[in-house]
Amino acid sequence: MPDEAQRARRALTVSNRIASKLRGLSDTAIAWIFIGPTILLLLAINIFPLLWTIYLSFTNYRANQPGRPVRWIGTRNYERLLGSEDIWGYLQATAHFVIWTMIFQIVIGFGLALLINRNFRGASFWTTIILIPMMLSPAVVGTFWTYIYQPQTGIFSYIVDFFAGTGALDMIGSVALAPWSIIIVDTWMWTPYIMLLCLAGLRSIPDYLYEAAEIDRANALQRFWYITLPRVLPFLMLAVLFRGIENFKMFDLVVELTSGGPGSTTELASINLKREAFEKWRTGYSSAFAIILFVTIFGLGNIYVKVLNKVKS
Amino acid sequence: MRAKKLTAVAGGAFLAAMSGAQAQDSEITLCWAAWDPANALVELSKDFTASTGIGMNFEFVPWTNFADRFLNELNSGGKLCDLMIGDSQWIGGGATYGHYVQLNEFFDQEGISMDDFLPATVYAYSTWPKGTPNYYALPAMGDALGWVYRKDWFSRPELREAFKAEYGRDLGVPSNWQELKETATFFQGREIDGETRYGAAIYTERGSEGITMGVTAALYPWGFKYENAPGSYDMEGAVNSAASVEGLEFYKSLYDCCSPPGHSDAYMVANLDAYKSGQVAMQMNWFAFFPGIAKDEVVGGDVSGFFVNPGQNIEASTLGGQGISVVAYSDKKDLALEYLKWFAQPDVQAKWWALGGYSCHQSVLGDPGFAETAPFAADFLKAMSGVQDFWQEPIYAELLLAMQQRVHDYVVAGKGTAQEALDKLIEDWTISFEDDGKL
Repeated sequence: MPDEAQRARRALTVSNRIASKLRGLSDTAIAWIFIGPTILLLLAINIFPLLWTIYLSFTNYRANQPGRPVRWIGTRNYERLLGSEDIWGYLQATAHFVIWTMIFQIVIGFGLALLINRNFRGASFWTTIILIPMMLSPAVVGTFWTYIYQPQTGIFSYIVDFFAGTGALDMIGSVALAPWSIIIVDTWMWTPYIMLLCLAGLRSIPDYLYEAAEIDRANALQRFWYITLPRVLPFLMLAVLFRGIENFKMFDLVVELTSGGPGSTTELASINLKREAFEKWRTGYSSAFAIILFVTIFGLGNIYVKVLNKVKS
Repeated sequence: MRAKKLTAVAGGAFLAAMSGAQAQDSEITLCWAAWDPANALVELSKDFTASTGIGMNFEFVPWTNFADRFLNELNSGGKLCDLMIGDSQWIGGGATYGHYVQLNEFFDQEGISMDDFLPATVYAYSTWPKGTPNYYALPAMGDALGWVYRKDWFSRPELREAFKAEYGRDLGVPSNWQELKETATFFQGREIDGETRYGAAIYTERGSEGITMGVTAALYPWGFKYENAPGSYDMEGAVNSAASVEGLEFYKSLYDCCSPPGHSDAYMVANLDAYKSGQVAMQMNWFAFFPGIAKDEVVGGDVSGFFVNPGQNIEASTLGGQGISVVAYSDKKDLALEYLKWFAQPDVQAKWWALGGYSCHQSVLGDPGFAETAPFAADFLKAMSGVQDFWQEPIYAELLLAMQQRVHDYVVAGKGTAQEALDKLIEDWTISFEDDGKL
């Protein structure tokens, strides 16, 4: 017992000493002490690599040739990139993928959220079932969808043929269908995510608003347009922001499904970036491409966040 | 008493740890692709362990990740592999960037002569710069691209009759690409035993090297060359010559007419699957898979036959196969060299062939009875006498990916013409060689 009392006294003395030292510091200084380590960490793992990548983008550096002299080549990497038809093709493929997945996922996700929000019997069960795809690994999803899409034995081709009489559909091997094959899978996998966020938005709308609208004899469309949509919109926009960024850098699912093919039809920007950086080892060139992508996402993201804030306010 | 027990336990643990460490010191790791010949090598290497006491660990990676995984390992100076059976195209990078140990001195010391190995394999798997007597690998696994066909279907009277009526010749092993296409067209969509069959499973894979290996199997017989003069990097008129354009157009026409549905991203395993499941009458694949096919329960024995890559303007086959190198970053180079010394022995090479590996040793291949040792042995010898390989430059991966993109865009996606594809390929390769300081 005496030992414990001594220990407690000692601890109190130490904490008093620290407290007296801190008492002499300003609030700003104390704040810096707390956030300093985080800032240092951010500088080390975010800002420094970014600055280093910017530097590399102006050089001929190749990571697999460490002994090779690194030459400053000015804007040559950027000129090559912006003058390359292929790069514009990859960006177009990416834009096509991002835009269509967003459209499908918003429409279907919001629709599902409206349905689930009706709280019918078994709603929780169906919510869980709907959420399953987004719990799976993209690599696994990509692999099993290649089997589903198989033109001879896959169920997708069979179902489409059964209803539309199209014959065997080569979703992955056809230039016209391959971009849609990846959109369908991404929509299947990530619509539940949009649904979940929309559901959170729908559940946050107080009932009295609908009751007041009913008193004012607002019809269902008016209730949706003037109450539901504005209230859910910030949630929806947030979901679009998250999914948009994710899909802009989509990689694993598409690699498993199509490897970027046929030809370069589904070669998204991130897939090409990986090929340039870690297969061709053109580090300087791929750094320039990464910077272009970063600026694009950063710019679009900033504009979007400003719009989002306006909607919120 | 308790103290004594504790001492005994600690002593035992120390000894166990020491013996474990010693065992690790006398073990080496061999890195290769995960496929049938690798299993044969595991079996073969048991003799090495038995005769030297050196344990063998194996790191096998599927072909789809093979280059990525092990080139990264080499580029990062990793110590995982003491021995590397790397692709023939890696030899330039392995030598130039110092990943592989130069073996000339060791060969001289141990009396290992490169004259004991098939010259084409020494040239392709061991030397850098090409054709000079600077050796960075011992030829380990000879390989080339060949063909397998359904011998049982080819010998059915009703099919033979129908074929003769349609093409005016007997249904048999095609002697050139035109005949191969006719044969594939004949089988495409044909009902055999109540199932729809297809012509030929050819390489169309986009991600690694598949379609390039398949396309070059047609381009080489048409007379495709990488350069106008070896070492000049002068590609205009060679890569996109009229013959090359014709060869590429032909490969596309074969893909369009005669491959099974959905065969747009297929390499070794996909071709094997298509063939073994009875989908196709013929498949292109590496000779390395032929022992497995010959022994297969369903398509082995008399069901399958083999033939060498057909000629067109010339006889030529796409080179596969690998040499075995000692990794320069290994801490156990002496043990790894010991393995090479053992592996180069004629009796070991004979057993290697018997187990399903493709020896490149003259004592095995030059044996008068060799052609009779397997149903594909004679074709293998014929193929190896006319093999051609892709660029083996240190930047080969960059050159390969450019070709993958250009030919896949044309053959599978149907974008542009063959002439445009090869013209663009020269543009890509020119930029790569300029960046590398070769142009």
